[in-house]
Amino acid sequence: MSKHSQAAERQRGGFDLGRLLLEGRAFFALIAIIIIFSALSPVYFSTNNFLTMSSHVAIFGLLSIGMLLVILTGGIDLSVGSTLGLAGVVAGFLMQGVTFDMFGVTLYPPVWVVVILTCALGAFVGAINGVLIAYFKVPAFVATLGLLYVARGVALLMTDGLTYNNLGGSPELGNTGFDWLGFNRLFGVPVGVLILAAVAVVTILALARTPFGRWVYSTGGNARAAELSGVPVKRVQVSVYVLSGICAAIAGLVLSSQLTSAGPTAGTTYELTAIAGVVIGGAALTGGRGNVRGTLLGAFVIGFLSDGLVIIGVSSYWQTVFTGAVIVLAVLLNSIQYSGRKKRATQSSEPESPEPKAPASPTSPSSSADASRTTPGAESSAGKPATQH
Amino acid sequence: MASASIRPSAASEPGEDIVLSARDVAKSFGSVHALKTVNFDVYRGQVTTLFGENGAGKSTLMKILSGVIQPTSGEILLEGEPVRFASTTDAQRLGISIIHQELSLAPNLSVRDNIFMGRELKGPMGIDYAEEARQTRALMEELDEPIDPLTPVEDLRLGQQQIVEIARALSVNSRILIMDEPTSALSATEVEVLFRVIRDLKSRGVSIVYISHHLEEALLITDHAVVLRDGVMTAYARRADIDLEWIVRNMVGENFDLGSPPTGHAMGEVALSLENVSVADTAVPERSVVDRLSLDVRAGEIVCIYGLMGAGRTELLECVAGRVPLSGGRVVLEGEDVSHLSIAERIAKGLVLVPEDRQRDGLVQTMTVGENLSLASIKAFTRWLLTSGNRERSVVDESIANVHIKTDGARAEIGSLSGGNQQKVVIGKMLATHPRVVVLDEPSRGIDIGAKAEVFKLLAEGASKQGLAVIFSTSEVGECLSIAHRIVVMSRGRIAAEFGADASKEQIMAASGEAVVA
Repeated sequence: MSKHSQAAERQRGGFDLGRLLLEGRAFFALIAIIIIFSALSPVYFSTNNFLTMSSHVAIFGLLSIGMLLVILTGGIDLSVGSTLGLAGVVAGFLMQGVTFDMFGVTLYPPVWVVVILTCALGAFVGAINGVLIAYFKVPAFVATLGLLYVARGVALLMTDGLTYNNLGGSPELGNTGFDWLGFNRLFGVPVGVLILAAVAVVTILALARTPFGRWVYSTGGNARAAELSGVPVKRVQVSVYVLSGICAAIAGLVLSSQLTSAGPTAGTTYELTAIAGVVIGGAALTGGRGNVRGTLLGAFVIGFLSDGLVIIGVSSYWQTVFTGAVIVLAVLLNSIQYSGRKKRATQSSEPESPEPKAPASPTSPSSSADASRTTPGAESSAGKPATQH
Repeated sequence: MASASIRPSAASEPGEDIVLSARDVAKSFGSVHALKTVNFDVYRGQVTTLFGENGAGKSTLMKILSGVIQPTSGEILLEGEPVRFASTTDAQRLGISIIHQELSLAPNLSVRDNIFMGRELKGPMGIDYAEEARQTRALMEELDEPIDPLTPVEDLRLGQQQIVEIARALSVNSRILIMDEPTSALSATEVEVLFRVIRDLKSRGVSIVYISHHLEEALLITDHAVVLRDGVMTAYARRADIDLEWIVRNMVGENFDLGSPPTGHAMGEVALSLENVSVADTAVPERSVVDRLSLDVRAGEIVCIYGLMGAGRTELLECVAGRVPLSGGRVVLEGEDVSHLSIAERIAKGLVLVPEDRQRDGLVQTMTVGENLSLASIKAFTRWLLTSGNRERSVVDESIANVHIKTDGARAEIGSLSGGNQQKVVIGKMLATHPRVVVLDEPSRGIDIGAKAEVFKLLAEGASKQGLAVIFSTSEVGECLSIAHRIVVMSRGRIAAEFGADASKEQIMAASGEAVVA
């Protein structure tokens, strides 16, 4: 940050507080949730409870990070909940051993092979989504809605609606260790949380420091301009759905490991929770704005809120109402944040330019740079309304 | 400019009264003055035509008169009374309607539903469709275009759609009709129909404000001519007192020096060669918007492509860049056929496009100035998998210095820049890829004259110092006669004429079909 802009930031001291609250809203919401529930329940504020809640958050967090990548390009992925369920079922199926009648043998793949195959399955579902959307121009909403049904249906077909309960494997077959993902702790932290942290770090790095990250942001910000700048827009679109599918598969593995069972209905409506996490984290559904930090906060807000409500004994019906209210509030704040930017940006737009053809919704990307991007130092330019010529 | 105070000699002839006038109207967008104290009169039952190049302020003035935007200062008098329009609905209620260049009809709805859109006639059983249809039929017959009220608008020819738009304006009792480039997409016979309708409207006392780039065509229909230039009204005259030459002279004005063709450097080999390039119309695939066009551009040469709207300039340039597929012919870059390469591959080989519409195609508004500048050359600062912040910064800083962008720094919001500086970001972004051939579609669109001169200077330097082959298109004839070594005039997808740097404006305009009676 240059000295000049630091000075400019300081000058607007009074205005900054409101802005800080607005831009850090997910963070402050999380703090507020922790304080409120700690006051209401003596068991809420403890390391152990936090770790337990975090391992719940891990599932949504993984889905949300995949969803973030998709949403950053201006898309949506409704199939992640079903992909999660299908991944769990496939993992369960593989753990039971694969019988080849032709040879009269049953293969018991080791856990690492199960993990790889399951992730490949997630990637495959994502690839179908991506190809439909990027190359066949099927609207993302419709394509992924279709896959939502198909993946769920396949999971139900595979199990006949039943649940795989025996995921432990056995030492004789050399396929033990599946429960490690969900149950065990490393350095006192649940493995699922560590996996989430690892995925988050890799994604942060990818978004901030690789050409791919830049391509994702530019595709969502203005796909036409990105394409004319040599960005392989179609490949980027396919990639984000593949990554989202892989994230869903990992989440499916962690969840079925946590539950030591894999049911075909696992993860129903989780896609909506994942979207909620991304939105609460400040990302714009129109693409181009958002970051991993915010999305993680969003996932924690939802997870800590619903677990807190369980702990203080609020009925699950009320939980649904609260979660919905939080989501609406988050989107409301998003539009306030982005429309404020838009106003400032249009002041400097030139007169004879044609009417903007980009969608002009309140959260439209056609305004100006994002405040809460992972790009290092982007924060410094965020609060500058200055229009100079 | 002294001419700023020109005022139409109002009501000098009996029977000519002014129905609407703008008094000292000015409009600024930020620090850009689109309109500087303009006085403008509309005469009852007559056609007043606004002439002016792109960016002269015509659209801004029309938007003010029709309530789309509000003036920064000045007032509007309707029948001598000052009025304020907060919106187009306001203006419409007072009898002022605008027909935009891009029609605002809902193509999926019928003629009847379009005409009564938003003010449906209510009957006891909901909408009174029968009455609406009856009124529509009556309107269409009045306009001598008996289209069935139930025809979906998308089934109509463009000319007919325009008539529907006029019918809609008349159905709200418009006394003043503003038509922005109404003929640009019409065939010659459709133009005749439109002109007949306009004459008919005049006889019924409707006043018309007309904007067109087809100068001679406009002269056929107009009663008064007003010329705008750089936001200032430079001339007014009655039709009887003027000719084409008068309009061109006043439109173009004294030449602001946009530079001259760079000399003193040797031209290199042919860098870009277009061989019988054709591009199919997306709407009608059997039609070609670019028709077997051939053109060679040498390294160090600057070629200007001039043409009217719809001449096929944009399609040609987008096809060169790889955005639009060829339907025939080849694009050859330094001896290599690049016709089947993607945009990214062409950029890697040194062929780049600066698109016409920088908001839609040039900039990523969610990114900073720096991120926009480096978007096309990310590979230059990527090692292994990761980008290097330091190396990116040096790429960006170099670009900012090279193309003289006025900004708070690389992290400023792209929206905080003026139009001219935004345009320089788009150009700088493409130049950062170290191209051999630069194709620019209307690089001067929507930027002020000073920024234009800077942009042209940049291109001239690129050609003379780095041996760049430059092709730029323009719809302003004054810009043809700036840095271009060669001027190619396009019309209907073909090269209509080619001139050297010594051509005259009249020659160029005549070749484009601009000065030809439709």
